[in-house]
Amino acid sequence: MGAILFLVLAVLTIAAALGVILHPNPVKSALFLIVTLFLLAVVFVLLEAHMIAALQIIVYAGAIMVLFVFVIMLLNLGIDDPDRGRRQVVLRGLAWLGGIVLAVELALLVRGGPAGNTAAAPAGYGGALAVAQSLYTDFLLPFELTSILLLVAVVGAVVLAQKQRRPTIS
Amino acid sequence: MIVPTEWVLMLSAVLFAIGVVGVLVRRNIIVIFMAIELMLNAVNLTFVALARSRGAVDGQVVVFFVMTVAAAEAAVGLAIIIASFRNRTTVNADELALLRG
Repeated sequence: MGAILFLVLAVLTIAAALGVILHPNPVKSALFLIVTLFLLAVVFVLLEAHMIAALQIIVYAGAIMVLFVFVIMLLNLGIDDPDRGRRQVVLRGLAWLGGIVLAVELALLVRGGPAGNTAAAPAGYGGALAVAQSLYTDFLLPFELTSILLLVAVVGAVVLAQKQRRPTIS
Repeated sequence: MIVPTEWVLMLSAVLFAIGVVGVLVRRNIIVIFMAIELMLNAVNLTFVALARSRGAVDGQVVVFFVMTVAAAEAAVGLAIIIASFRNRTTVNADELALLRG
């Protein structure tokens, strides 16, 4: 049952991910990415990572993607330029070839990897309590550093996106 | 509801490769950025799958940190894109080649 559901989800996720990189319109690409993130959230639920699934929807699909769509709208982007000349077509073909080789290599690498834990997860596994207990004890220092990272990112974003001031001559 | 870890890791591998191809074939910087988010999510999926396989939540905590870094990256990256669009009025990666040797 879980395996069949996963296969359906995997096919849908790959289709949506291909939509992200194939659709010429950036807005549609962003919408495909939101679909991909939602489907991945469902996969996370299947893997009993309930807390992460909720965060995936709230933080990724909710906050980050709104930022993307907002910037696309702000810049009023059109569709991508078509290829100019044979060189670009060849390079694009090489990129696809490299991507397929990479996918096959990674798949071969993980084949016969860890043989899946068939035991049921302990009660409360992947819930807010279990994740928070680990986060606030074993990972306390990285957690605190994260707040500094976010502060720097906020200041950096404000400084970068503000209007350029005229250079002052002293 | 047991999903074989191997299958999840293969899905993750395919998603990562799609992200890499997206970075290589697209010219719009914002779409390239989205492809990077796709790769980050593929890695998140690997962490969650292996955390489930080991029966420990450590991997899920790492996913939490990856999401934080992705949020910071999106904020700064999109600010850079807006700044460069303001100066060059383009988001085409081929035209932003000032640093090319």
